[in-house]
This record gives sequence, structure tokens and C-alpha cells, in this order.
Amino acid sequence: MPETAVAVRELTLGEAVREALAEEMRRDPRVFIMGEDVAEAGTAFKVLGGLVQEFGTDRVLDTPISEAGFTGIGVGAGMTGMRPVVDIMFGDFAGLIMDQMANQAAKIHYMSGGKWKCSMVLRTTLGATRRSAAQHSQSLHAWFCHIPGLKVVMPSTPYDAKGLLKSAIRDDNPVVFYEDKMMYKLKGPVPEDDYTIPLGVADVKRAGDDITIIATSSMVQVALGAAKLLEEHGVSAEVVDPRTLWPLDEKTLIDSARKTSRVIVVDEGYGRYGVTAELAAMIQENAFFDLEAPVKRMGAMHVPIPFSPPLEDATVPTERTVCEAALALCGK
Amino acid sequence: MSDVAIDNKLLLRMYRRMVMIRLFEEQVNDLYTRALMPGLAHLYIGEEAIAVGVCEALRSDDYITSTHRGHGHCLAKGAAIDRMFAELLGKEAGYCKGKGGSMHIADPDTGNLGANAIVAGSAGIATGAAFSSKRLGNGRVTVCFFGEGALGQGVVYEVMNMAALWKLPVIYVCENNMYNEYTHVSEAAAGDILARGPAFGVPSESVDGQDVRAVYSVTQRLAERARRGEGPSFLMANTYRFMGHHVGDISREYYRSKQEEQTWKSERDPIKVATEAILSQNIADRAALGRIQAEVKAEIEKAVQFAMAAPYPNVDEVEQDVYA
Repeated sequence: MPETAVAVRELTLGEAVREALAEEMRRDPRVFIMGEDVAEAGTAFKVLGGLVQEFGTDRVLDTPISEAGFTGIGVGAGMTGMRPVVDIMFGDFAGLIMDQMANQAAKIHYMSGGKWKCSMVLRTTLGATRRSAAQHSQSLHAWFCHIPGLKVVMPSTPYDAKGLLKSAIRDDNPVVFYEDKMMYKLKGPVPEDDYTIPLGVADVKRAGDDITIIATSSMVQVALGAAKLLEEHGVSAEVVDPRTLWPLDEKTLIDSARKTSRVIVVDEGYGRYGVTAELAAMIQENAFFDLEAPVKRMGAMHVPIPFSPPLEDATVPTERTVCEAALALCGK
Repeated sequence: MSDVAIDNKLLLRMYRRMVMIRLFEEQVNDLYTRALMPGLAHLYIGEEAIAVGVCEALRSDDYITSTHRGHGHCLAKGAAIDRMFAELLGKEAGYCKGKGGSMHIADPDTGNLGANAIVAGSAGIATGAAFSSKRLGNGRVTVCFFGEGALGQGVVYEVMNMAALWKLPVIYVCENNMYNEYTHVSEAAAGDILARGPAFGVPSESVDGQDVRAVYSVTQRLAERARRGEGPSFLMANTYRFMGHHVGDISREYYRSKQEEQTWKSERDPIKVATEAILSQNIADRAALGRIQAEVKAEIEKAVQFAMAAPYPNVDEVEQDVYA
């Protein structure tokens, strides 16, 4: 890099999320945040710190612990001229809000023959290994992916988080935006300018020739770590991040599968009837005759997430298990 | 309580609207029993005074949310009967291009945020609309219609609590027709229903839901209160569902007596109550009311013909409108 060039600054994923929110709130007075402890506390994860000082409690609104109620208020506000960003602290609380998302937000546009729109973002979290036990550690994004009318966004880097969140806020549909709790401190380059990343465009995080690892959110860093390990074994792995599960950039995923002829899908949700099943099926429907091996799926073990650290760590894919699976797929 | 007086023209207009809803619903029942209408329908017959009294007291740009028993709300808020029938028959010309049907009529032009087939499903939406109105300063009030069955849903109390905390311009109108589907309210709601709102600081009162004048007056007062920024209120309108839970609910003796139904129909019919008021105050004579009924009947017949003749949506429509 020439000395005159300005180095792109680095932000954590949490800071990138906060910056996207602040920029969108400055840009559009209709954008507001509501949720539990979002104002002075800046959320349980301290991601929103400082926003209430800039925007006030009218736009950064602490709610009672009533997830269904305030999500429903978000749906109604999003239909009538506001752009709510609803904060659901733990993704495990999806059960509490599912009617509001699946039966209300997702359907109003269709049921009304396209007349009403619901412009809202639901920010929530996923990811295990935080020692939070079975009701605060799940990755339940597949539930929302199953419902037509919703979009589901899964950033894996600070750069993607900022650009995707800005697009989600500007979208005229209900968008569920997932943040991995364990990645809030992950650092990466984030430009200061007002960029957006369109929903529905995958990103090749690392180019490779021998095997494709399709990974989402928390699993992208795991896949990149596995790719490094694979290098030592002489295997060149390509890591592809769909970035949004719906809309889904099928073409980029299929192209990569065709190129490398071997595919692993890694996602922290449960495997059974989950995201990995969907992506693996999509790959085999479109690239079957280019594949040298069956598509391998890796996700959370099919158990409630245990508390005890060695037990919990065993439930999710790691760099080592992904690397071993890749070697096996490559016949090594 | 200093409720507003109702002038003669307004009472006649409300009479006409109630007759329209009554005849509309009778027509729906007829279409259904002749197997000309797909699906189900939940008729509003007997409850017309609530929708009409409430909606007449609102501005045209105020919002409502409605329920599975929602035809009356939509019509009272200004929906056109031809497009209503078209929607009920699943036709392209319907309010939702036939995609919503009887339980999901929605129309931004009349402030109708949508009828909702999840009991209490619209409580959040209505409260959210009130939130927008307050933030945008547009002076709009939202009425959230629901039946007493919705009192069993926790989300109602969650949003009432927030509406009170944030002083949102929303009126929760509980149509207490005494039956949660096939179960009497006494088996479903403990304690005093009107004591629930005050626990959140939401003023609550009841009204005779068979008297359109009373419903209009109290709604006007509550709407003005909401517009002044004084927050939400809860109105329980006592009423009776003259027909079954839905059009196919014919044999009802296992949950309520014929005698009970007969008493309500003969003594508490909202159209009869209004008729008596109109006649006793010499606002119009029987012949004039007969003319109104004939006019509405002709409009309904024309609208049904329109809907029956209207085309179904093209099958390509099935994938349209999933995303905005």
C-alpha cells in the first residue's frame, strides 16, 4: 500500500452494527429502535451504546419485557409510515414472537393483495459456546427462512454487517437480521462511507479449487480457519458465504460447487430439516453431475445446547471437525 | 358523561349502514348455503351497531383493525360492497385480488389495516399504527376491534400496557357477544373484564352494543380523548351473535338455547332499536325506512352480480405480492 493511501479503519462487528443504525437514523427520521434495554444500557451486549444520547428516548425506546407485544407494535408501525428496528435480545425468544412474524408481518403484503407493506427489521442473535445453556444458545434462523414473506440476513464480518443492515433497514419487507453473539468483538475493515450490500448476493470469502465450504454467520470464520488447516494438507478450499439465506444467491453457490466438485455446508442451526438440508438439496438439484462426492452437512448436534463447557463445545462444528470432514470428502 | 347529541341525518345514515351490513351478511349466508362461496364465513348479524357506531365517529383517515368476523367493520369504515363480495368469492376485483378472502379484507384507502384471522392477532398492529400516528403527529386514531375471545390472549395486555405507558391514540373495542366460538364467556374470563384495563391505567367502560347512538357517542368521546394525546381506552360493547360462529354452525343448542337467541332477536336487534328511535322521534316514517331498505337491497343485488361475473385472478398471480 502506498504511504499516501488511507488505511481502512477497523471496527468490531458490534461497532459496525451500531454505525449502520446511527447512519440510517440520521438519514431517515422514520427509523427507530425498540426493545429491551436498548437505550441507556445499549442492549445486554452493549452494542447500541451511545445511540440514545444522540437520538433520544423517542427513537431508542426501552420496552417492557413483552417480546410478542413490542414486535407486534413494530409490525403495525412498519405498516404505517415508520421503519422500526426491533431488538430481540436472544434468538431463542423467537418462540415468543412467532405469530407476529410468521402470521402478521410475513403475510400482510400478500393477504392484502400487495396493498400494505411492512417495513421492519428484527435484529436478533444466534450462536452457542457462550455458556448460556439451552434457552440462550440456539441458532433458530431456519424457522424464519421457512416462512414466505420474510427475508433472513446472516452477516459474518463487520463489513458485511454494516452494509447488509443498511439495506435491511431500507427494505420494504420484514427482514430478520442475525448477529452471532460470539462475533461482536470480531474486528475487520469497515469503510466510513455510506455503502450498502444488496440482499441476495453471496460473497466468496476465500477462493479455492478442491472443495467448497458454504458457511453462514458464525461458521464463516470456522470455515476460513479450516481452509487454512486444509492448506497444510495440500487441499485448496473455497469458502462461500451466502450472506442472506433469503433471498438466496443460488448461482454463486452452484457455480462454486461446479468448479470444485465437492461441497460441505456448515451452519450453526440444527441439521434436521434445517439450513444445511436446504442448501445441500439445492446444490445437488443443480450440480449433481458435477459432484465427485455427496454434499456433506455440518450443523449443531441434535440436542438442547448443554451448559457444561466440554459438552457445549462438542455440539458445534469447529475448524478441526470441518477440516477432517473436508479431508474425508477429498479422499485424504 | 356528556355524550354528544346525534342529529337526524346521522342517525338515518347509521341506519342505512346497519341495513347494508345486515343484508350483505344475509346474502353471504345465502351464497354459502347455495355452495357458491368457497371457504367459511363468520357473520356479523346482530352486532351491526358496534361497527357502524364506532366507525361513524371516526375520521376517514383513522385506522381500524378487524377480525375473522370482520365484514361489518370493513363496510362501516367505507368499503365498497361490490369489491367486498368479489373478495369473498376469490375474484381478481376483490380488495385483496382474491388472496385474502372473507377473513383478511384490508384497504389502505379506508384506513383498514386488515381483518385478522388469529384471535387478537391485530392487537400489536393496531397499537403499532397508533405509535406511528403519535410519532408522525398526524392526529389519527386507531380502533382495534376484537371479540371477547381475544381477552384470553396475553398479547392484548402486553400492548395495552405499552399503549398506556406511551399514551398512544388507540381504542380497544371489545365486542362481547358472549361466546368464544362455542364456549360461554363465563367459562373463559375470570373476574371483572372492565377491571383489567384500569390495572394498566387504561380507562375502561361498557356500552350497549345494540344501540348505535350510544356506541357512536361514547366512541366520539374516546376518539377525542385519544386525539388530545390522553392515551388509550378500552370499550366493551355488549352484544349478541345472532347466527352461529360461522355459517356452518347450524345446530347450536349444545352451547346456547333457542330461547336465548329468540329473546335477543326480538328484543335487542340493533336495527329494530334504531327503527324505534327513528319512528318515535318522527325522524322518518316507515315508508321512508322501507325505501332505504329497498335501495340497499338493489345495491347488494347489483354488487353480487358484479362479483359473480368477475373473473378469478390469473394463476400467475399466485407468486405475486409475496415481497414488496
